[in-house]
Amino acid sequence: MLKLIIRRLPALFFVLFCVITLTFFLVRLAPGGPFDRERKIPPAIEAQLLAKYQLDGPLWSQFTGYLADVVRGDLRLSTKYRNRSVNEILAQTLPVTFALGGLAFLLATAGGVWLGTFAAVRRDTAADRLAMGVALLGLSIPMFVVGPILILLFGLWLKWLPVGGWGSPAQLILPAITLAVPFAAVISRLMRTSLLEVLNQDFIRTAKAKGLPERTVVYKHALRVAILPVVTYLGPLAAHLLTGSIVVETVFNIPGAGGFFVNSILNRDGFLLGGVVIVYCGLLIVFNLLVDASYALLDRRIRVDA
Amino acid sequence: MLEPGTASRILRRPTARICLGILIVVAAAASLGPELFPASYREPGPLQYAPPSWQHLFGTDLNGRDVLYRVLLGARISLIVGLAGAAVSLFLGSAYGLIAGYAGGKVDNAMMRLVDIMYSVPRLIFILIFINAFDGHVRDFAARLDWQWLVSYSRIVILIITLGLIEWLTMARIVRGQVLALKERSFIHAAQVLGQSHLKIITRHLLPNILPIIIVYLTLTVPAVILDESFLSFLGLGIQPPQASWGSLLAEGAQSINPLKIYWWLLFFPAATMSGTLLALNYLGDRLRDTLDPRR
Repeated sequence: MLKLIIRRLPALFFVLFCVITLTFFLVRLAPGGPFDRERKIPPAIEAQLLAKYQLDGPLWSQFTGYLADVVRGDLRLSTKYRNRSVNEILAQTLPVTFALGGLAFLLATAGGVWLGTFAAVRRDTAADRLAMGVALLGLSIPMFVVGPILILLFGLWLKWLPVGGWGSPAQLILPAITLAVPFAAVISRLMRTSLLEVLNQDFIRTAKAKGLPERTVVYKHALRVAILPVVTYLGPLAAHLLTGSIVVETVFNIPGAGGFFVNSILNRDGFLLGGVVIVYCGLLIVFNLLVDASYALLDRRIRVDA
Repeated sequence: MLEPGTASRILRRPTARICLGILIVVAAAASLGPELFPASYREPGPLQYAPPSWQHLFGTDLNGRDVLYRVLLGARISLIVGLAGAAVSLFLGSAYGLIAGYAGGKVDNAMMRLVDIMYSVPRLIFILIFINAFDGHVRDFAARLDWQWLVSYSRIVILIITLGLIEWLTMARIVRGQVLALKERSFIHAAQVLGQSHLKIITRHLLPNILPIIIVYLTLTVPAVILDESFLSFLGLGIQPPQASWGSLLAEGAQSINPLKIYWWLLFFPAATMSGTLLALNYLGDRLRDTLDPRR
């Protein structure tokens, strides 16, 4: 497993380098600068501002300077939120996004695996069709519709849960459910297909022939193998959750990194935008590596040396 | 492979017929509907936030415009973006998958590794940065050439291209898998032995055989692209007013949820139309796939 991680490292650094480069130049390509206002600021002041934020000089040296700073772990200053560094903003907002994303991650995997298994063991019954209908519905309703519906239902009418904001654990429940719904749907479909396939295999017939109870066969023997496609989906899932949390944070007024990301685009706040993207991609790369490694542990037939 | 009876076999199920009906109604209403409304329904008017009535079936919005009209207008743009984006992804994905699968070996490995990496990157975030970077330039470029249509539709064109650019991964994987299997069949070997060029083998022998699978995944890509577009528009970074898509309408609707007064029709009708359409597309796509590939 350690060997796998070491072998992958150079490629991962290369991917991260591409991400940094792409983001840097795409941000600079966008028309308009971070200090464009309705009223034109005097050229001398603008030059001072550009110098302060190290946005002066040839583009190439700006880029190498930025790259050196990022390698040192300094994501520079935000051009919009004056005198606050990107590191500082991320340190405040990322824990919020991770709490939301982490809970949604658990809900999506647990809910999806449960629903998929529920449907697969009841293959072609009304319960199966109902479960898969629910999953299809979950795939077809966007998060920003699920969110307001949950707010209306549990926040405004039943008044069980707070409608938004951040601070108490109760405020985490509705957003996390909203974020988890579409991915629980995807996982349940993966799970059902995979479990049905596994249940047709010889080793399951052997286990049944031995006289093992149905529950043991499904939950001890089949599930362990059938869960592999779900494990491969965990990497993309993490990426989807980070993207999805942008919308969920907007709907529920949560002060996470997603809202800052959207604002950084609107405000031409290049370093903040770059910071969010670099940190997101870095984390996802590490997470994917761990998933690949755990995959090798889960399924002994697969050797991830290649 | 897609046999002649496939369509009728799928449509034997009542649910499938309902789904097809939904799609036909939405598509017809979106393409013909908006022009049928009188001007007073389309323009901002004094009748703000009127609840649904016989006059305004879906109610009116903040500016006194008819919500049904806006929903149909949004449907038009969402469907165009969905179909065209899916078409872009179809070309990219099948070309990529064909090349990777046909080349095999190291090329295939490297190409598929790239797909894996792209799967695990937050792609929509890059789309946002892309749109932000190129939209202004495309509009300047179009203005200089005096292409009026591109000036007003630059966002939509960019959305179609960029969304196509991120939704091709699944298509590429599926096509590659099919090609890998087909490549070992004797009719391909025969073509190779007869000295046909690679291009000819790919276009004449491989492509026709994977076409059904491509069509199935096209049905499943359309809803994915529509969902992506609505995501961007919801954040205010996709379709810009005065144009509307389902996503931008839903953004307005979501803002109207507050404890004082709930304008539910602003959220409900766009949501119901959009989800109904996506549900129908996903259902029919699933059924098509099940019929083609019963193993799945």
